[in-house]
Amino acid sequence: MMPVSYFEIFKALGAEAVLALTAVAVLTVDLVSLRRLEMPVRRRKAGMVTLTGLLLSILPLCQQLNQPRTVLLGGTLAVDDLILFFKLVIIVLAALTVVISTDYDLGRHVGEYFAVLLFGAIGMLLLISAEELLTIFVALELTSISLYILTAFHKGELRSQEAAVKYFMFGAVSSAFLLFGLSYVYGVTGTTSLTGIRDAVEASERMAMSPLLATGLLFAIIGFGFKVAVVPFHLWAPDAYEGAPTPVTAYIATGSKVASFFILLKVLFVGFAGMKGSAFWGQFSSGWVMLLAITGALSMVLGNCAAIVQHNVKRLLAYSSIAHAGYIFIGFVAASRMGATAVLFYLIVYSLTNLGAFGVVAALSSRAGGDEMQDFNGMAKRAPFLSLLMLIFVLSLAGIPPLGGFLGKFYLFASAVQADAQHFGLLWLVILGIVMSAVSLYYYLILLKHIYIMDGSDQGRITTPTYLNVTLGLVALAVILLGVYPKPILELLNGLVAAL
Amino acid sequence: MHVDWTIYLTFLGAGVVLLLPRDSKTLIRWVALATGVAALLVGLKNYFDYNAWVNAELLANNGTLRDGFQQIINVSWIPALGVHYHLAVDGISYPLVVLNGFVCVTGILFSWNIENRVKEFFAFFLTLIAGVYGVFLAMDLFLLFVFYELAIIPKYFIIAIWGSTRKEYGAMKLVLYSFVGSALVFIGILAMFFSAGGQTFDILELAKHPIARDVQIWVFPLIFVGFAVLAGMWPFHTWAPTGHVAAPTAASMLLAGVVMKLGAYGCLRGAMMLFPLGLEYWKWWIAWMAVIGIVYGAAVALVQKDFKFIIGYSSVSHMGFVLLGLATLNLIGMSGAILQMFSHGVVASLLFAVVGRMVYDRTHTRQLDELGGLAKVIPFACVTFVIGGAASMGMPGFSGFVAEIQVLIGAFYMSPWLTVGAGVGIVLTMAYILNAIHKVFFAEEEHVGGGASSHGHGHGGEGDSRWNLPPITVPEAVAALILMALLVIIGLWPSIMLTMIKANVEIFLRGTP
Repeated sequence: MMPVSYFEIFKALGAEAVLALTAVAVLTVDLVSLRRLEMPVRRRKAGMVTLTGLLLSILPLCQQLNQPRTVLLGGTLAVDDLILFFKLVIIVLAALTVVISTDYDLGRHVGEYFAVLLFGAIGMLLLISAEELLTIFVALELTSISLYILTAFHKGELRSQEAAVKYFMFGAVSSAFLLFGLSYVYGVTGTTSLTGIRDAVEASERMAMSPLLATGLLFAIIGFGFKVAVVPFHLWAPDAYEGAPTPVTAYIATGSKVASFFILLKVLFVGFAGMKGSAFWGQFSSGWVMLLAITGALSMVLGNCAAIVQHNVKRLLAYSSIAHAGYIFIGFVAASRMGATAVLFYLIVYSLTNLGAFGVVAALSSRAGGDEMQDFNGMAKRAPFLSLLMLIFVLSLAGIPPLGGFLGKFYLFASAVQADAQHFGLLWLVILGIVMSAVSLYYYLILLKHIYIMDGSDQGRITTPTYLNVTLGLVALAVILLGVYPKPILELLNGLVAAL
Repeated sequence: MHVDWTIYLTFLGAGVVLLLPRDSKTLIRWVALATGVAALLVGLKNYFDYNAWVNAELLANNGTLRDGFQQIINVSWIPALGVHYHLAVDGISYPLVVLNGFVCVTGILFSWNIENRVKEFFAFFLTLIAGVYGVFLAMDLFLLFVFYELAIIPKYFIIAIWGSTRKEYGAMKLVLYSFVGSALVFIGILAMFFSAGGQTFDILELAKHPIARDVQIWVFPLIFVGFAVLAGMWPFHTWAPTGHVAAPTAASMLLAGVVMKLGAYGCLRGAMMLFPLGLEYWKWWIAWMAVIGIVYGAAVALVQKDFKFIIGYSSVSHMGFVLLGLATLNLIGMSGAILQMFSHGVVASLLFAVVGRMVYDRTHTRQLDELGGLAKVIPFACVTFVIGGAASMGMPGFSGFVAEIQVLIGAFYMSPWLTVGAGVGIVLTMAYILNAIHKVFFAEEEHVGGGASSHGHGHGGEGDSRWNLPPITVPEAVAALILMALLVIIGLWPSIMLTMIKANVEIFLRGTP
């Protein structure tokens, strides 16, 4: 092993370091000088500090750009352009969450809130660059624990406490599964690095067939399944989404999802490339592809069908995001370069769209008095601009062109058909996905019906701060652009995925 | 300006309407109208240029056209999927582009009396129109699909906000039917894309690419049925009557006038052009389902009590002629089908305008039993409906005749029984149109019954005093006159449209076995 230079590590983890310092800074500033201020002003000032830190953390990322792939600390962390790009995505998502949070009542502990949010972001950044099982686990725990705390931040509200406890219990069990599975994997292959596992599996046929390794893989997938909330490991999601303060919901639904899916992609595509199996119609064979095909199919069906009967907007979006996790799994099942590109593109579109949608819900529900569907009645008259944005976000989730959600879905489904273009082996999954998106249009339209068609009892105009409108407007613009002009980002991703 | 500006101008108009303050309703209406007229003029100018070009080509090449397509723009859009932003027009799409322009302008004129949420109405309306223009011009299957879906969503809001009778149900049903249809198309497109090598979505390129027969046989019905849902093909037509009835006048006009043509056009471009072998295999199914649709639609229209439902079912019946003509796969039948798309677009718009705007907005009822004697009160509406009805029945001198007679002849070549079936439909059409004219416009004495005679004595020759209706407004009259003029012009001078249609259908037929 080469001697480790701390300076090298610091350089490689510059963004994380900046964020850690910012977290300390926010805590200090809030403690020292913001306590006496009015709450909204205090939130805005603390938010400004956090935002500055997040923007500064982009600088070290830029410095590492366009350099050959480097692996640090004996293969635990890696830096390449794909990883840097997704670190940037995480930072953008965290920054947007901060902007939404400044407009939301968070209780007295403003500094703590932003600091924990930053710790979560650090966990996600580490998760993106992790290449080794233990690091993955530690980063995942850092992310999760931060999110448990954030979920409970509505101190006065029972449903927030309940959500946090539920989220924590499920999360802890899933971590146990994950750790248990990883221990088997280590036991069989004798290594924790992803490339090491790949080489070990490739080297011996017997190892690939080993029931112990298969058990390890199964348990690891269950653990990740909890984190990304796919059926049947989704039970925590609706409660946590509904109970958490809305900006936190946005953070859980976007940042942590992106990071978890990204690392799952890496674990499966790199580490377990030799244990794919098959989900082609009529030639099923065991492996992670088949597992993901089944959980993905279940998620699409259950997520979409359960969303139909929801009356709470956040709960509806929770079920919809379970369904979307199912769509994303279709790209995994394709198990090809196109599939990986499709997954990553969809992650970007999906996270921006969902963040925008939760942002609008956060801004409107706090002023309309609740996040039930009927609280949004007549919103098109009360807040025309944010309603228009919500229209864009919701239609993008439903997969209506020319918005990003449509192209993302099209690309995912196309990748699955392409995986076996001769015999259309994955067409069954694609058909299921397409039929389910037709179902999803129903409940998305119901939500829009409340906003655009029904008349509310309260007719008063709702005004929201300009900076919030502008930010959400930019997100909507990005969602449209991803659908109308996807060429640069698709080409970028396609090029970067080759490194996987 | 080339014809692609119809799309851009209409989108621009929608954007401008969104930016206007919501209280300046008159300004919004005029902006919408100006947009519609501008797009129509652009469409018409290019239409006549193209027509002149086709005639010159035909003269120079002994009556055949080598390539009917006018390329407008073709740039790479999503290289990863081989998607191009490719717009092109031929003699099949031009009539529909012009039709869309006319329905847009007259639809705006017939919506002049909308007062509730004017800004949003015209924004949705123009978005829908722009999407429709896009479908008619797109020559890349992916792009066509994008425009096609873009046209679905505004319909929901237009119907659910400004509609009547069970509007939310009708709107949701319509949108879900369309979306399920487009889901089928989606699957079909993906399957075709990869079996054709996964390189391009360009329709003209794909048409050159031979696809294995067994693939064609199962992919063709997916795409065809997916689009035919919107064309109102029996038995997937049930969205049409409820949707038409629930929609506000302009939206009924659009739905029956152009949106149903979107479906038929999609069948032609997306399914028939690309899968000649699949088409050969399935054509009898299509033809017979079309005939069932013709007869069924007309028969159900005959027993309706609601004036608007009559026209709603008549659309199903008339779209059957389009599908029947397309399935004949001969020159005369297909040309008739395409002319029928134009003709029915105008007829349906006109009839819905009479029912929805001229009658319902004034009387607030659409029940045949409650209406009656309107001929004396609003004679203009009566004349309009009679002319539209005559065209709908296929009276010589109107466009409907030229179109339907060709479809019938074409069907006869395929099988005389098809013509017999469709002929039954025409007889039923006469019955329900005449019945509607009688009950709505003339039947005062019978319906008022005993009281009517004393009534009649008292007022001595005046109109039916039950009705105290505002007169027909200028926008209504202008719009109705435009549509009636179209029916007569095409009826008396069909070659202005038929020449280009025939030349292009001939090209299409060269590609079929």
